[in-house]
Amino acid sequence: MKITLGTVTEPGGSLVNKTGSWRTAKKPRFLHQSCTDCGMCDLHCPEGCISGDGENTYVNDEDYCKGCGICAWICPAKDIEMIPEGGEDD
Amino acid sequence: MPSTKERDRSCDHLFTSGHTACPGCGQSLAVRLVLRAAGRNVIVVNSTGCLEIFSSKFLESSWEVPYIHSLFENIGAVASGVEAALRITEQLDDIRVIAMAGDGATADIGFGAISGMLERGHDILYVCYDNEAYMNTGIQRSGATPNYARTTTTPPGRASLGNTRPKKDLPQIVAAHGVPYVATASVAYIPDLDKKVKKALSIRGPKYIQVHVPCPLGWGTEPARTIEFARMAVNCGLFPLFEIEEGKTTARKIARKVPVEDYLREQVRFRHLFGKDGPLPEVEEVQGVADSNIERYGLMAKQAG
Amino acid sequence: MTKKMMQGCRAIAEMATLCRPQVVSAYPITPQTVIVEELAQIVADGRLKAEFVNVEGEHSAASLVLGASATGVRVFTATSSQGLLLMAEVVFNIAGMRLPVVMVNANRSVSAPLNIWNDQQDSMTVRDSGWLQLYAENNQEATDLLLQAYRIAEDHRVMLPVMVCVDGFILPHAYEVVDMPSQEEVDAFLPPHKPIYKLDPGKPLTMGAYAEPDKYMETRYMIQHTLEAAIPIIEEVAQEFKRSFGRSSGGLFEEYRVDDASTVVVVLGSVAGTVKDLVDELRDQGQKIGVLRLIAYRPFPKEALCRALGKAEDVVVLEKALCLGSSGPLALDLRSAFHGRPASPKISGFTIGLGGRDITGDDIKSAVDRAQLRLTDIDFVGLREDLELEGINA
Repeated sequence: MKITLGTVTEPGGSLVNKTGSWRTAKKPRFLHQSCTDCGMCDLHCPEGCISGDGENTYVNDEDYCKGCGICAWICPAKDIEMIPEGGEDD
Repeated sequence: MPSTKERDRSCDHLFTSGHTACPGCGQSLAVRLVLRAAGRNVIVVNSTGCLEIFSSKFLESSWEVPYIHSLFENIGAVASGVEAALRITEQLDDIRVIAMAGDGATADIGFGAISGMLERGHDILYVCYDNEAYMNTGIQRSGATPNYARTTTTPPGRASLGNTRPKKDLPQIVAAHGVPYVATASVAYIPDLDKKVKKALSIRGPKYIQVHVPCPLGWGTEPARTIEFARMAVNCGLFPLFEIEEGKTTARKIARKVPVEDYLREQVRFRHLFGKDGPLPEVEEVQGVADSNIERYGLMAKQAG
Repeated sequence: MTKKMMQGCRAIAEMATLCRPQVVSAYPITPQTVIVEELAQIVADGRLKAEFVNVEGEHSAASLVLGASATGVRVFTATSSQGLLLMAEVVFNIAGMRLPVVMVNANRSVSAPLNIWNDQQDSMTVRDSGWLQLYAENNQEATDLLLQAYRIAEDHRVMLPVMVCVDGFILPHAYEVVDMPSQEEVDAFLPPHKPIYKLDPGKPLTMGAYAEPDKYMETRYMIQHTLEAAIPIIEEVAQEFKRSFGRSSGGLFEEYRVDDASTVVVVLGSVAGTVKDLVDELRDQGQKIGVLRLIAYRPFPKEALCRALGKAEDVVVLEKALCLGSSGPLALDLRSAFHGRPASPKISGFTIGLGGRDITGDDIKSAVDRAQLRLTDIDFVGLREDLELEGINA
C-alpha cells in the first residue's frame, strides 16, 4: 500500500467496502411477478446497487445492499418484499 | 418515468457503492442523483461532514469525478479558488464546479465564505444537503433545525420543548444576493431534482439548490420510510419546493395537503410534542409555519370553480 | 537586471508578478495590505494575467488559493498577524494536502492589546504547521526569497508550502535599492509549475481524503522527512540563484564575523543590520563577536547550525516572539539541537522588540553583557523601567 502525497486517492476504492455485511434484519426480495421496468427501485437506492434491464429483471447486489427497504417501499407494483436476513434464500 | 431502455445510465454510478452512509440515508441518495444529472465534467468541492466521511476515506473513495475536501467552513472559498483556476486557464466552459455541503456548513460555520462566493459571482453550483442538524457529530442543532426538533443540544425537558427557533430561511438569504438561480428540491421528487440540477448547470454564475434529505438516525425514522418523510415534508408545506430565477419565484404545487401532525407524529425528534392527551399546542404553531409557506409560495392548486 | 529605488511592498509585488501566479487572493491587513494593493494594480493594468480575488477574510484567502493550487495553478497570497492566525486552520490544511502555496507574511504582533507594529509572534505561532519559513533581512532578500520559494515549494521532492516572512513596516514600507531581475531571467530560473496531482475530470482523483489511525501518522512522518530533506534543497536553490543572478541570496543562514567568535548573536529578519553594526563596534574594541542570521527557520537546519555555533562559548538569541509561559521559540530550538552533543555553547535567550518596540545597539549590548555574565533562559530586553505594572510592582 502506498501513502500518496496529501492522501490523494484514486476513484472507486469504496467498492472494497462490502456494506452488505451491515444487514442484520431484513433484505429485499425481488419477486419478478408484476415488475413494469419503471426503474424506481434502481433510482431510489441510496447504495446505487440495484440493476435490471427490462421487466422482472431487477436485482440488488447483496455485496452492497444495506437492507434499508426503500426499494420495497417505493415499488409501485409491490413487486419487492423485505424478507428476514438469513431467511429462505440463504 | 421512461423505461430503462430509453434512460441513459452512463452517469448513474458516478457516486459508487461501498460508501459508508447509514442505511436509508437521504443524503447519499441525493448525491448520486445530483451527479447523475451533472455528468462527468465536474469538479466537486465538499465541506467536512457526513458526506465527506462516508465517501472520502483514503483509498476508499466513492467519487468517480474529481473531488476535493478541505475543511468545514471554507467550502465557498475553496470552490471559488477552483473556479478561479479554471477561469484563468480557460476551462470554465467545459468543467462545472459543484460545491456540496450540509446544512450546518451552509447555514452556520461556512456562511461567510458562501456569502462571499455568491456575492463575487463565481460560476459555481452550490448544493446544500439539508437534513436539519449536525448529523456527523451526533445530531446537534444547526441554524436549519426546524421548530421544536429534538437534537442533542436542544433536548426537550421539563423546561424546554426542544429547538425553540424557526428554521433559517437559507434559500431566501441566498436569493437576496441577487444570484441567477435558487431552488429547493427533495429526494422524494427525483425528476424535479434532476431537472433543477440540469437547469442550474446551464446557467452561468452562482446557483444554489437546497435538497431536503431525511436522516433516519437523526430524525428517528425507519430507513425504509426516507422517501415517505421527504414527501410529507413537501406536502405539508414545511419544505416547499420552488425555484427563484432572476428574482421570479415559481413553486411546485401540492397535490394533496398533508396535516403537519402526520409528518411530525412518527419522527422521534418530534415525539415530545405528542402527549397522552394528544398533540401539544406547539403542533398547531408548526402547522402555522406550514400554512404560511403555502400562502407565501402559493403551494395549493386553485380549486375549480 | 535593473537596480531601482523602490518601496518594499512594490518590490515584493513586482517579484510576485514576475513569478506569474495565476490566482491571487488576499484580505486587507496592515502592514501587508500595501503588497496586494500593488499586485491588484498590476493585474488591473494587465501586466499580470491572473485572477485577483477579493475575499471576505483571511481564512477564505488561504482557502481560495488552496482550491486554486489543487486545480493545478500557481498561486500567491499575503497576510499578517491576526490574518495569519485566522488562516491557521487552513495553513495546516495546505501543508497536509501537500500544495505548493507561496505566501508572504508581513510580520506583526498579535492582539490583545491591538498593536499593528512589528514582531514575529504571528509566524512563530504556525511554525509547526508543515510550511517552510524563510525570514528576510531586507527588501532585496525578500524578493529573492520569494522567487526561490516557488522553486522550493514546487520541487517534486518537496511539494510543501513556503512562507516568506518580512518584518512588517520595516521592510514593506521602506524604500531601498532593489536589484530586480527581468522576466526572461525569472522564467529561466522558475519553470512553469507542473503539479503531481490536480483536480481534472480527465483524470478524476479524490483530494483531501481522511486517514484513520492506521495511516495518519505516516502522513505526518512524510512531511517531517520531507522538511528535513528540504534543507539541502534550500541550499541547492540558493546556489543556483547565485549562478543565475551573480549574487548570493537565501540559503539556510548568513554568518557575519562568526569564524573565530566566542560570542555569537542569533537573530531572524531585519534586526540583523543593527546587530552587525554593534558587532563591528565591539570587534573594534577587541571582542570576538559575530552574528548568525537564520533565514530558514523551518525546516530548522540543526546540523549546520551546530557546526556553525559549536565553537562559540556564548550564543545570544534575540527573539521578537515568545512561547508565553516557556521561553523563546528559536532559543528552545537551538538548545534542543545542541542537546546531547559533546560540546555546547551556553545558549541565552532574550525577548526583544515586541509590538514594534525599538531595538537599539545598547539593547543588544545589554543582552550580550548579561549572557556573558551568566546563562539566561529567557529575559526581556528594552522593558521600560518608568512604568508601574499592575499585579507586579503596583
